[in-house]
Amino acid sequence: MKEKIRIAAGQGFWGDLPDAPVRQVEEGPIDYLMLDYLAEVTMSIMQKQKARDPKAGFARDFVPLMKRILPACVERNIKVVANAGGVNVAGGAAAVRDVARELGLGGKLKIGIVTGDDILERVDSFLARGIELRNMDTDEPLATVRDRIQSANAYLGAAPIVEALDQGAQVVITGRATDTGLTLGPMIHEFGWAGDDWNKLAAGTIAGHIIECGAQCSGGNCQYEWESIPDLANVGFPIAEASADGTFVITKHEGTGGRVSIPSVKEQLVYEMGDPRGYITPDCVADFTTVQLADDGPDRVRVFGIKGKPATDTLKVSISYSAGYKAVGTLVYAWPDAYEKAKAADKILRARLDRLGLRFDQILTEYVGANATHGPLAGEPPPDLAEVQLRVGVRGNDRNAIERFTKEIAPLILTGPPAVTGFAGGRPKVEEIVAYWPALIPKAEITARVEVIEA
Amino acid sequence: MQIQLIKLAHARSGDKGDTANVGLIALRDEFYPLIVREVTAARVKEHFKGICQGKVERFELPNLGALNFLLHESLGGGGTLSLMTDAQGKTFSTALLRMEIEIPDDEAQKLGLR
Repeated sequence: MKEKIRIAAGQGFWGDLPDAPVRQVEEGPIDYLMLDYLAEVTMSIMQKQKARDPKAGFARDFVPLMKRILPACVERNIKVVANAGGVNVAGGAAAVRDVARELGLGGKLKIGIVTGDDILERVDSFLARGIELRNMDTDEPLATVRDRIQSANAYLGAAPIVEALDQGAQVVITGRATDTGLTLGPMIHEFGWAGDDWNKLAAGTIAGHIIECGAQCSGGNCQYEWESIPDLANVGFPIAEASADGTFVITKHEGTGGRVSIPSVKEQLVYEMGDPRGYITPDCVADFTTVQLADDGPDRVRVFGIKGKPATDTLKVSISYSAGYKAVGTLVYAWPDAYEKAKAADKILRARLDRLGLRFDQILTEYVGANATHGPLAGEPPPDLAEVQLRVGVRGNDRNAIERFTKEIAPLILTGPPAVTGFAGGRPKVEEIVAYWPALIPKAEITARVEVIEA
Repeated sequence: MQIQLIKLAHARSGDKGDTANVGLIALRDEFYPLIVREVTAARVKEHFKGICQGKVERFELPNLGALNFLLHESLGGGGTLSLMTDAQGKTFSTALLRMEIEIPDDEAQKLGLR
């Protein structure tokens, strides 16, 4: 058993710096590379891709990435844990296997496949048995949007990842798995932590929470002394250096930019936090009010003292459903009276939409440069404002109404207030809204499946 | 004296559906009791008038010198439903740091704030 392992985060979200995982592998020692690909509505996009092409439905970027890093991972025994499988985990694993063979690594590594999260086909049977899958935010039963569901997945925890690693997998690919489980799994596998060692499981979970947003704990988006954070162009992604006793150090590779400090780690700890005493995952309930931080040298923060509680008997389910359409149009007004002109243009636009008899569930006007982010807290903009962007969004179920709205923006240039520009992009795009429906399901209903294949 | 929160704390915010979370962290440990006393859920609700349509919950993390606020019904429906520029509530952090709080002069002096 190892006493210490280094788990590196390679992506804070699907679309993060493409070279970050490569640099994590190449610029210093690591044992594991953890990659989080699944945002809340990613599964529905993948579901659509799979409907068009049965071979699709996983994070395609993962395959060329593996092509770049797999030889080094095999050579240095770096394991990769990624929820890149989306709604076609087996397809993703097959693509990685093909890449491994292409690289001459056939027979040299095993690939773990974790499934069982996809419950789209079982939704009706749940509803028929009185499992209502009520929305955790609004308490509405799922039946109200049943005919519009596009994907449904339970969040799996660390356990199946551990099983795949125990069976010798070098690359573990999951579908919907918690971001924290991707970090906790390797710790349980290496240190042999018991399934009811709640304090250690909570520690691994909180380590996962700290590194799951990539550089957001190592200097990115950091408010504390942001102007002095060095070399963000070369920002180092975080590494959790975990010990068997459940303590860990957050750090990054030497020679990289950014900064790991107590304030940078604190900012990430409180990110997307609910009740800090009850951070619920499939693996445990972590208590963020027990986290202790200490300086451990340059770009090193030691984390200890973490306490946890027993896991609950439910799993979170993420369901995506079609929820109408939206479009956002923008124009830029210049000095003088930029704000007044933008407001006048908004009034004209709304009068025209009214005359057309268009109805929307929501219409929102913002003035970017004046108050789009802080609203009334920003106060009145200065009278000599150099420019302001008028930004109008509409949402509704009638696609034609949204489409019609998009034709009313550009004409404002020739038919509204003067000194206006910013319409190079053409008409605004009508977007189909895929909304997120969080729910809970009894754990007994979900069985994770683990398969390990030879490359 | 009046002092703006940005002199006392840093912050990070994010979203969960239509709820924005703002973590407010004392710049120095000795500012924490002052922040706990002054930055109540009611004050934050009042501060975000016109933005937060629901209730405000507050949680204490004395170990981090931090408070966590949940601002319900603040993100225009949240996620992909929202039409807002800041649908994820990322800038609620500095919006909270705009808050002005009142401190007795002697306390301000003790904390080295004047």
